[in-house]
Amino acid sequence: MEIKNVPQDGISTFAGGRKAMYATDDEGKYGVVASSGWEVEEEATKQALHELERLADEAYEAVREGQMSPLYYHMYAQRMDLIVLSQSVGMFQWRIKRHFKPSVFNRLSDTLLGRYSEALGLSVDALKQLPEKESV
Amino acid sequence: MNTNTKEFTHQHAAHCESGVMSSMLSHYGLRLSEPMVFGLASALTFAYLPFVKLGGMPLIAYRTMPKAIIRGLQKSIGIKMNLEKFSKAQAGSLRLDALLDEGKIVGAQSSVFWLPYFPEEMRFHFNAHNLLIYGKEETNYQISDPVFEHTVEADEKALEKARFVKGVMAPKGLLYYPTYVPTSIDYEKVLPKAITKVAKSMLKTPVPIAGLKGIRSLAKNIRKLESKDRRYAKLFLGHIVRMQEEIGTGGAGFRYIYASFLQEASEILDNGTLFEASRMMTDVGDSWREFALLVAKSIRSKKNETIDFNAIAKKLESIADEETMVYKKLLTAF
Repeated sequence: MEIKNVPQDGISTFAGGRKAMYATDDEGKYGVVASSGWEVEEEATKQALHELERLADEAYEAVREGQMSPLYYHMYAQRMDLIVLSQSVGMFQWRIKRHFKPSVFNRLSDTLLGRYSEALGLSVDALKQLPEKESV
Repeated sequence: MNTNTKEFTHQHAAHCESGVMSSMLSHYGLRLSEPMVFGLASALTFAYLPFVKLGGMPLIAYRTMPKAIIRGLQKSIGIKMNLEKFSKAQAGSLRLDALLDEGKIVGAQSSVFWLPYFPEEMRFHFNAHNLLIYGKEETNYQISDPVFEHTVEADEKALEKARFVKGVMAPKGLLYYPTYVPTSIDYEKVLPKAITKVAKSMLKTPVPIAGLKGIRSLAKNIRKLESKDRRYAKLFLGHIVRMQEEIGTGGAGFRYIYASFLQEASEILDNGTLFEASRMMTDVGDSWREFALLVAKSIRSKKNETIDFNAIAKKLESIADEETMVYKKLLTAF
């Protein structure tokens, strides 16, 4: 890629940052150019973020309706899925799925809540409830 | 606590692991550009691993596995590295502080999600990010993260969390630093070896998921998306582009780094074939970006528009053909 073609789209996902790209000058010589991002990259990143948001929003509703425990929402809100959460807390997926049941979740020991709190980076109190949300 | 007395220069790099190694070796007296590090470690590859899932999506790698650059350099140019892992986070933090107190600069593996200086929208659960720690002021670590333009900071708690997450590619607090750095390199000997290794592994992998065969099997899977759920198909396509273009994992980016390396190598060895191969590799990088653009259009498409999966797969296959020519050329260079 030539230096003049290095994208400078100022994409939002970089939050003002720039990434290094290798590109050629007029003589074909390679060097590092700082790029403020490419729309294509922004599009792909946002698509992934939107999917995570969609899952978190659905989870939010399910928790509010009392079908699922708050753990289910926080998993998606922290950009995880069942596989990642299971690996992060070191518990089997079926066990975590049980904890998605409000009745089971409400009886969880402090030790178990502590493990979730550590893996999700949330306080135990925050873990036990849904955050306030105006519009979902 | 201490600040590092020896002057450290931050370098902005395209990829985390090659960037860290380039900065680190330069700091210890062996000036190597990022592309040279990447090339000498034979880090260019392609792998499509449908059974390794990241966020429900298959792993698509455009470079060798994490730590392969560190290991590759040990082999090819004879540096010696100490790699340390820890079972307890506290022990890992104490060790890091001790190394900084000795005046060392230290490479570390960490999760992206828990690094506070990463832009919010870039924070995904990827655990094999590399960065360099060059000092500590009170409770803040001074960090040279190669994919950032300037140096950054993270406090003790945040860095410890990022270094000790569990899960796929868990860093286990990995720290690394050189114990021996050679003063010079016998390029006549190591460059042909490193270059031939990449060309051969891309052309001749026995498994259908790696090298050029891997690119072709990904193309095959793109064709199969036709019969899959549309949302999944779009997510899958977007995922390929993210793996390719996102900070530190760039597929096209890696082709450009490698082209830059081939150019540098052609000058060092005064080798015209390498120069020609460098130009061809630049074109390959451009083709990867055209592919990404094509995919982006399909992601943007509306519900009633059809996605031409065949055209996307074809583009990918033409990239495989183009890359084949480069590696064949490289095998004639020495």
